[in-house]
Amino acid sequence: MQLSRDALLRAYRQMKVIREFEERLHVDIQTGEIAGFTHLYCGQEAVAVGVCEHLSVEDKIVSTHRGHGHCLAKGCDVNGMMKEIWGSREGLCKGKGGSMHIADIDKGMLGANGIVGAGSPIAVGAGIACKIDGKGHVAITFSGDGACNQGTTFEAMNMAVVTKAATIFVFENNHYSEHTGFEYAVGTNKDIASRAEAFGMKVWRGDGTDFFSVFETMREVLEYVRVPGNGPAAVEFDTERFFGHFEGDPQRYRGPGELDRIREMRDCLKNFRKSVTDAKLLTHEDLDALDAEVLEAIEESVRQAKAADRPTAEDVLTDVYISY
Amino acid sequence: MAKMMYREAVVSTIAEEMARDENVVCLGEDIVGGMGTPGGPEAIGGIWSTSTGLFGKFGADRVIDTPISESAIMGAAAGLALSGKRPIAELMFADFIGVSLDQIWNQLAKFRYMFGGKTKCPAVIRMAYGAGYNAAAQHSQAVHQILTGMPGLKVVMPSTPDDVKGLLRTAIRDDDPVIFLEHKALYGMKGEVSDDPDYMIPFGHARLTRAGQDVTIVSTGLLLGFCEAVADKLAAEGIGCDVIDLRTTSPLDEETILDSVEVTGRFIVVDEAPPRCSLGADICALVAEKAFASLKAPPLSINPPHTPVPFARELETAYLPSVDKIEAAVRKVLSYR
Ligand SMILES: Cc1ncc(C[n+]2csc(CCOP(=O)(O)OP(=O)(O)O)c2C)c(N)n1
Ligand SMILES: [Mg+2]
Repeated sequence: MQLSRDALLRAYRQMKVIREFEERLHVDIQTGEIAGFTHLYCGQEAVAVGVCEHLSVEDKIVSTHRGHGHCLAKGCDVNGMMKEIWGSREGLCKGKGGSMHIADIDKGMLGANGIVGAGSPIAVGAGIACKIDGKGHVAITFSGDGACNQGTTFEAMNMAVVTKAATIFVFENNHYSEHTGFEYAVGTNKDIASRAEAFGMKVWRGDGTDFFSVFETMREVLEYVRVPGNGPAAVEFDTERFFGHFEGDPQRYRGPGELDRIREMRDCLKNFRKSVTDAKLLTHEDLDALDAEVLEAIEESVRQAKAADRPTAEDVLTDVYISY
Repeated sequence: MAKMMYREAVVSTIAEEMARDENVVCLGEDIVGGMGTPGGPEAIGGIWSTSTGLFGKFGADRVIDTPISESAIMGAAAGLALSGKRPIAELMFADFIGVSLDQIWNQLAKFRYMFGGKTKCPAVIRMAYGAGYNAAAQHSQAVHQILTGMPGLKVVMPSTPDDVKGLLRTAIRDDDPVIFLEHKALYGMKGEVSDDPDYMIPFGHARLTRAGQDVTIVSTGLLLGFCEAVADKLAAEGIGCDVIDLRTTSPLDEETILDSVEVTGRFIVVDEAPPRCSLGADICALVAEKAFASLKAPPLSINPPHTPVPFARELETAYLPSVDKIEAAVRKVLSYR
C-alpha cells in the first residue's frame, strides 16, 4: 500500500518532532533548569507515529512514563507539552503533572503514567467503551518489555479477551526495563507476543525501527480490532532506546559500541529517509526542509516555555476535585 | 564510629546481617542491576545504590533481582518469611505500595493474628519515600500514614545515618513484619555511625535531638532537620524547643512526647503526609487526651495540604512544610497566654 506524498511528509515530520523534542530536552535537562524525572523516547519514534497515524481523535491511547512520543504522535500541542515539562502554569497540565503525567483527553490521549503497568487496565475500560459505542473506535495501550511482567498487564489482557474490548496492546520491546535486560526478566523465551497470544488474542510482530513495518502491521491490527465483536489484539515491536532509562542514567549495562551501533543501524529516521529517497518518493531536499522547520518549531517551544507564567502557591490547592 | 552516608548505612547494615545470618535474603527490582544485559550483573546496582555489592558477596540465591511485579515481590517476601527465611524486600518507590498493598496489608501484616499466634513473619519491606525531587504525584508521596494505621506492621522512619544503622538492624532481627521508610532526600546525608556489629536501636523509643522548655516539636524523616533548624534559630532568641525524632511511628513512643508536653505545654507535630487521618492528627489527639491539663495552646499539626504532590518546583515547595511554616507554627502556639 503506497502512502501519498503528503502522508509520507507528515509521518516524517511527526517522527522528527519527537526526535528533536527529546534531543532538546536532553540538552536542557543537563543545565538543571528542568526539574523531575524525565524518560526520553528517542529511538522509538516509528512506533508512536506508525500507530497514531492510523488514529482519529475518537481513538484513545494510554501511555507510560516514557510518554512524550505517544503524546506528540496523538496530537498533543508541542508548546503545551514543553511548557508542562518546564513546570509552567501554562503547560498542558498547568505544571501539576510534568513529564510523567501529560494528558490531553480531548485529543484521545488518556495520560502518560508513572506507574508501570497501570495503563493497560485503563485501556481495557476505554476499549469496552469503544465496543459499547459501536463506532469502530479503539483504545491502545503502550507498554514496555518491563511492564509486560506486571500483574495488571496480565489481568488486563485476560479481561480484554473475555469482554471483547476493542483494545490493542502495543508492546514496545526496547530490550531494557531500567537497567535489567529483557532476556532476564521476561520468562517467555525472548518473546512478549506469544504471551499475549496465550491469553487468547490474535498477535502481530513488527520492526519498531522501521516506520513502514509499524504502519503496515498496524493497518492489519486495526482492520481486525475495528470490527465490532472481534475483541482485542496485541502487537510487539522490536525497538531501541537511544538515551538512558532516565536522564542521568550512566548506562553501564550497555555493551561496547552499542549506542553507536543502534544510532547508526536502527535509527527510524535514517531508515525512513533511505527508503523514501531510494524509492524516489521524496527527495533529500524535501526532508531537509522539514528538518529545518521542525528545529525552529522546537526552538520556539523552548522560548515559549522559558517565558511562560510560573505557578503560584495558590495553584497547589486547585483541581483536586470538581466540587468539594 | 565511622562516617558514612544514609544510603551506605542501608547497604552496609544489610551486608552485615546477611553475613551474620544465612537466612537473610534480599529481593527487588534492579537491586542487582544489569541482569541479562551486555554489562552483566551489578553493571549499575540499584537506582538508590542501596544494594551495591550485595550480589557479588552473597550470590543470586540470596540477592534476587525481580521483574517489575510488586505484588509478587511483596507476596514472595511473605512466603519466604513463612518458610523460615528473613526477606528484605525493596519497593523502589513507596508510591508503588498501591500495586502491592494486598500482599502487605491482608497477607503479611495479618498472618500472625489470623493464624492465632502460630506463626512469625520476619520480613522487612524497605521503600524510598518522600518529596523534594519534583517527581510529581506518583513518585513523591509519604506513605507512613497508610501503613501506620495497619495492625500487624511496625513502621520505621530513620532520619540520620546512625538511625538507619541501628533501626535497620533491629528491623532485620525483628520477628514481625517491619516497614522501613527511607527518605530519598536523605540518602546523601552524612553522619557518624556506630560500628558495633550488634548496634540496635529499639523500636518505640524516640530521640530528643534538641532540648528546650517552651515548645515541643515532634517530627521524623526529612522534616526533622527543618524542625531542628527552627529550634536553633529560636534558641538564639531565647525560645527553647524540645525536638523529638519519633524514629518509629508504630510502635509510638507516647511517653517521651507526653513527658515533654508536660513541661512545655505547647505542642506541634510536623508531618510530610496530608492532614486527614494523619500521623499529625493522631499525635495531636494523643496529646489532647493525655496531656490536656498541661496544655497552654491547642496542639497543632503541620502537614502538606489535602492534595496530591504537585510537579513544578514552585508548587512542590509550596506543598511541603517548610522552615518558615514551622517557625510560624511555633510562634503561633507561643502566642497563646
Ligand atoms: C509500579 C512501578 N514499578 C516500578 C517503577 C519504576 N520504573 C519506572 S520505568 C521502569 C522500567 C520500565 O521498563 P519498560 O516497561 O520496559 O519501559 P521502558 O522504560 O523501557 O520504556 C521501572 C522499573 C514504576 N514507575 N512503577
Ligand atoms: Mg523497555
